[in-house]
Amino acid sequence: MSETVARPAQDVRADATGPGELRPVTVGPTGKGSATGESSGTGGARPGRWSRARADGAARTGLDPRAEAVGIELRDLRRSYGDVTALDGLSVTINPGELVALLGPSGCGKTTALRALAGFERPDSGQILVGGDDISAVPANRRDMGMVFQAYSLFPNLSALDNVAFGLRLRRVNPRARRQRATELLELVGLGHAGRRYPHELSGGQQQRVALARALAIEPRVLLLDEPLSALDAQVRASLRDEIRSLQTRLGITTLFVTHDQEEALSLADRVGVMRAGRLEQLAAPEVVYAWPATPFVAQFVGTVNRLPGRTVAGDLVEVLGQRLPAVQLGDAPASGTAAVDVEVLVRPEAVVVTARATGTAAGAVDPTPQDPTAATRPVPITTTGALGQVRQRTFRGAVTRLRVDLLGLTARGTAVGLDGEPASATIVADIATAQATGLHPGSDVLVTLADRPVLVSDPAAAH
Amino acid sequence: MATLTGPAAPPLPPTPTATRALAGAGRAVRAGWWRWTIFAIAAVYFLVPLIAALEFSLRGRDGHRTIGAYGKILSEPEFGSALWSSVKLGLMAVAITLALLVPTMTLVHLRFPKLRRVIETITVLPLVIPPVVLAVGVLGAFRTAPQWLIGTPTILGFEYVILALPFAYRALDAGIGAVDLRTLVEASRGLGAGPVTALFRVVLPNLRTAVLSAAVLTLALVLGEFAMASLLLWDTFPSWVVHIGASEADVSVAVSLVALVLTWLLLMVLVTLGGRRGGRAFVGVLTGGTRDE
Repeated sequence: MSETVARPAQDVRADATGPGELRPVTVGPTGKGSATGESSGTGGARPGRWSRARADGAARTGLDPRAEAVGIELRDLRRSYGDVTALDGLSVTINPGELVALLGPSGCGKTTALRALAGFERPDSGQILVGGDDISAVPANRRDMGMVFQAYSLFPNLSALDNVAFGLRLRRVNPRARRQRATELLELVGLGHAGRRYPHELSGGQQQRVALARALAIEPRVLLLDEPLSALDAQVRASLRDEIRSLQTRLGITTLFVTHDQEEALSLADRVGVMRAGRLEQLAAPEVVYAWPATPFVAQFVGTVNRLPGRTVAGDLVEVLGQRLPAVQLGDAPASGTAAVDVEVLVRPEAVVVTARATGTAAGAVDPTPQDPTAATRPVPITTTGALGQVRQRTFRGAVTRLRVDLLGLTARGTAVGLDGEPASATIVADIATAQATGLHPGSDVLVTLADRPVLVSDPAAAH
Repeated sequence: MATLTGPAAPPLPPTPTATRALAGAGRAVRAGWWRWTIFAIAAVYFLVPLIAALEFSLRGRDGHRTIGAYGKILSEPEFGSALWSSVKLGLMAVAITLALLVPTMTLVHLRFPKLRRVIETITVLPLVIPPVVLAVGVLGAFRTAPQWLIGTPTILGFEYVILALPFAYRALDAGIGAVDLRTLVEASRGLGAGPVTALFRVVLPNLRTAVLSAAVLTLALVLGEFAMASLLLWDTFPSWVVHIGASEADVSVAVSLVALVLTWLLLMVLVTLGGRRGGRAFVGVLTGGTRDE
């Protein structure tokens, strides 16, 4: 277990350099232009690139994968507004072509970080590197980044087509070429028919699609998405989310996505950076963030987590709800020695097993892990150890049903486990397969156990 | 399904919606009564003096009706020059006001929101300070200015900018508050627009209505302003009308009516230019155009 124990703490650094998809962060010799090269151009125009585009004429499509993607590095960014510290030494590395989502509660600095990268905020200190060049001094209009805003940001006085063509017009692309390119991009986002419509004639989802097309039209080196889906209703949000992901993959454009919606971040990003109070708590693949959170904050913010009092026992085991399970130390939790230490055990709802107690037969056993195909066929033995509980609330969520269970006490071994003399956690949340939840209703007496897997353990003081 | 909705369906009792509609109609009638009363009072208040003036200007020597007074307008030597002088001052005031206010207010709105209160307070001052103080004060401030400025009516143009400040500011402020200017400007900057491009391609077109209101208010103010011009002894259209009224009352009234119609026409032209289709073309011409269609 020891190598697993050590794993979460190393994730931040291990993933920052990128495990498999690491590509050298280099800039092409021409075209992309260094920061200084850009500022010498007029209004960010890059005649070289667009004369090439014009020469290609009709052959050019919006689906061309980018010739070379650039990497981004935010180094120790600090920004404060009076007493409020928005960025407190934030460092993030984004590999070329990667989509990184910054996730965090409101006020954690994620939007400030994105705006600093876009050039709309000037950090008090720190460096912003794109493709290896420090662009801290480059104004926003020369940074060559496409941005989609949370608020609807289309120019109300221009049609959808003119909105998409706006950036090309500023780059002095000739009218026919920019019209053609704008039309292609509108088709790319599924709005080829709506070019003549004005923003007020488009739905919210359509407006954000046009905004995305407008951001991509200038062939930006970096795509910035500032909660672009948060104003949309659930269904549109889900479909646009998938489209953004497939577009980003096809174009291979380095993308920073900012959101407070964990589901969005987990499903969209190559890596998720969880932020808190202007700092990065963890930056890792979505699966890693979910399964092996680096800190108690990440564990609680990403997904639902039960916090149960436990006590470390010999070796790497922890005793919780009367069971002994392998323990994985989280973040700065005290290293487990031979001494028994009070700890907090973090358990995902899907790792909680709830079985009806009245019947007490093997037929009533509930399989808590629908995702695990082997578990479905494995008979679950009713353990004599576990907690007695009573279902308080039952919420149908489709494939799974969420149960909120009041814990009444332990089945065996007498003493209830408590922290600092306090009684055991009063309720526990469990997600079980809906098919297995038929007999469990509010008021049902149940047996609560934990799946026989390693559990996360943290120092109780750190979690509060 | 057809049987359910067919003619055989029993007559429905009055639905709550229908009842509400009836009550609403009753309210509408009552509201209409009030509306008409207020309209009538306003009409009397505004129309009676106009009709009286028209009647007076058409009165002949021996009780006959005549349009002689209107004929005399054109023969007055200073009519044209006074009117032209006022229009010139008006356009000048509009240009200076907009050139001053639009960039300033955009900048304050986007960069220095805390200064908004200060700017707002400053713009109210011309309403509080008496015209005499303003006129003399501006003259004092411009004492060392070159002769072409203080020796000609041009000085009035600057005075009118100050006078129009409260109205133009409020018109523009309403327009800026109605659009998400920050997001629009940031979007344009992200797409490569510098500050000047953003101002002309994004801010101005989206403040079109507000800019137009500010222009109309300023122009109307200048075309009717008497006190300042009179105090500074420059002949503008209003001061000339008053001057003429001392010797030829009928011509003075006739000119006033003509001026009313002319001003109204001018404002209509501006409003039409700022309207839906034409306005886009108009602003497009001003801003170099941003449209591809």
